[in-house]
Amino acid sequence: MCVNFAVATVHLSLIYFEIDMANYASNQFKNGLKVMIESDPCSMVDVEFVKPGKGQAFTRVKLKNLLTGRTWERTFKSNETAESADVMDTDMEYLYSDGEMWHFMDPTSYEQVAADKTAIGDAHLWLKEQDKCQVTLWNNNPISVTPPNFVELEVIETDPGLKGDTAQGGSKPAKLQSGAVVRVPLFIEQGDVLKIDTRSGEYVSRA
Amino acid sequence: MTELWQATAPIENLRKRAQIFAQIREFFAARDVLEVETPLMTSAAVSDPYIDTIECRYHPLPGQQEQARYLQSSPEYAMKRLLASGSGAIYQICKAFRNGECGRRHNPEFTMLEWYRPGFYHHQLMDEVEALVGPVIGMAGFQRISYNELFRQYLQLDLQTATVNELAAITRQHIDIQMDDDNRDNWLNLLMSHVIEPQLADKGAVFVYDYPASQAALSRIAEDDNGQPVACRFELFIAGVELANGYYELTDAAEQAKRFAKDIAQRQTEGLPLRPTDGLLVEALENGMPECAGVAMGLDRLVMLALGTEQISDVIALPFDRA
Repeated sequence: MCVNFAVATVHLSLIYFEIDMANYASNQFKNGLKVMIESDPCSMVDVEFVKPGKGQAFTRVKLKNLLTGRTWERTFKSNETAESADVMDTDMEYLYSDGEMWHFMDPTSYEQVAADKTAIGDAHLWLKEQDKCQVTLWNNNPISVTPPNFVELEVIETDPGLKGDTAQGGSKPAKLQSGAVVRVPLFIEQGDVLKIDTRSGEYVSRA
Repeated sequence: MTELWQATAPIENLRKRAQIFAQIREFFAARDVLEVETPLMTSAAVSDPYIDTIECRYHPLPGQQEQARYLQSSPEYAMKRLLASGSGAIYQICKAFRNGECGRRHNPEFTMLEWYRPGFYHHQLMDEVEALVGPVIGMAGFQRISYNELFRQYLQLDLQTATVNELAAITRQHIDIQMDDDNRDNWLNLLMSHVIEPQLADKGAVFVYDYPASQAALSRIAEDDNGQPVACRFELFIAGVELANGYYELTDAAEQAKRFAKDIAQRQTEGLPLRPTDGLLVEALENGMPECAGVAMGLDRLVMLALGTEQISDVIALPFDRA
């Protein structure tokens, strides 16, 4: 009798522990926390405690849906919880694209993952083989890819460069090895390697 | 980069803070309002259901005969006992403590200014609040709007006819929230804090007065121009920040006891902590407290507004996470 009772107690506390691990209470919410909202993984972008002097306390959270990119505000009651999402940002090396999928490799485990068009988004414009990217995995599948802030890419096509005064200004389009087209100064020539800021998609300098 | 031992507030902000505190003390000295102190560690706790008191333990001998004490969430009860003791006009600058209230504009331990004016009613006290706050934040011409009018203007809502279901429906149009609640005031508070307050951000200083009778707290209830019962309570919002809460004070001891009982009943229904209410306040009112108006103001927030900062940690030297 006694032994059975003890076993049952241990079992219950284990279940409790598991539930506890998978949920965050509203007072644990913080920027960057990844949670499941209506079956989509979301990231908390901004967390604010709201409480009128005499009224109930709430936590107002700006959320970003990691699949769709939509951001919106949701208010949680103080006793509400949110289920944690198995989302991880990992540094990976870009390998190649087969036209449909973009392949990445974890440089320590050599494990490979493939991102589809939705997951890669605009990041494909800046990818060069062997560059390090941040790949966001949800249940081990890529859902978004962030290229390095600065990349170096070769110009494969642009109008001939102007000789002489480089201070004169003006710009022209140039097509890069990754396929992106950026505005560059007139003196840039085909074959030049350029430093690009991927956050703005703008030319920074010659590399 | 930032070290936990270090003050979060820049020293120049602390200088400004000290300057404002000196200005407040001068203001009251010139008006012959007496500065007082009351206990921070009290035998009774606030009854408001949504204010959670921080409990501490007193031992006459180490580890023995433990007694619960409560860190005051406002000096209101004690100051009213002083008024009933014949103090005349009084003010206090003190620490107040509220469990769980931690965020951009909240620190669980914060600084409160509270004052009482015998012979004033709430609109006269609003004049005095404006006279004090205006020069500190460099604003004049504070607006006044009734609670009902505020909801009419910002939400096209007639609170005299709106049902709980209608309030819930309108709230859900504005806010993504999973909540079911029969308590009308909870919906009103949500609309106030989430929808109206943000819109007051560019409206300067606004007094909201004549609160719903159900939100009277410790104010007396009177009839408005339409013969509807309203609470003689006001709040001051500056740039959308809730700064002060004032009452034409309830002086009726029996009514006070009833309101304590009502708060306790609500705490029981909602499963909130039950703590002793202040019988000494009721006794003081029985003995006779002068007719007066009183107001409480968050001084950390006043300094924030004077400096134009968004974070309470910009004006508190060592906030909760570094305390």
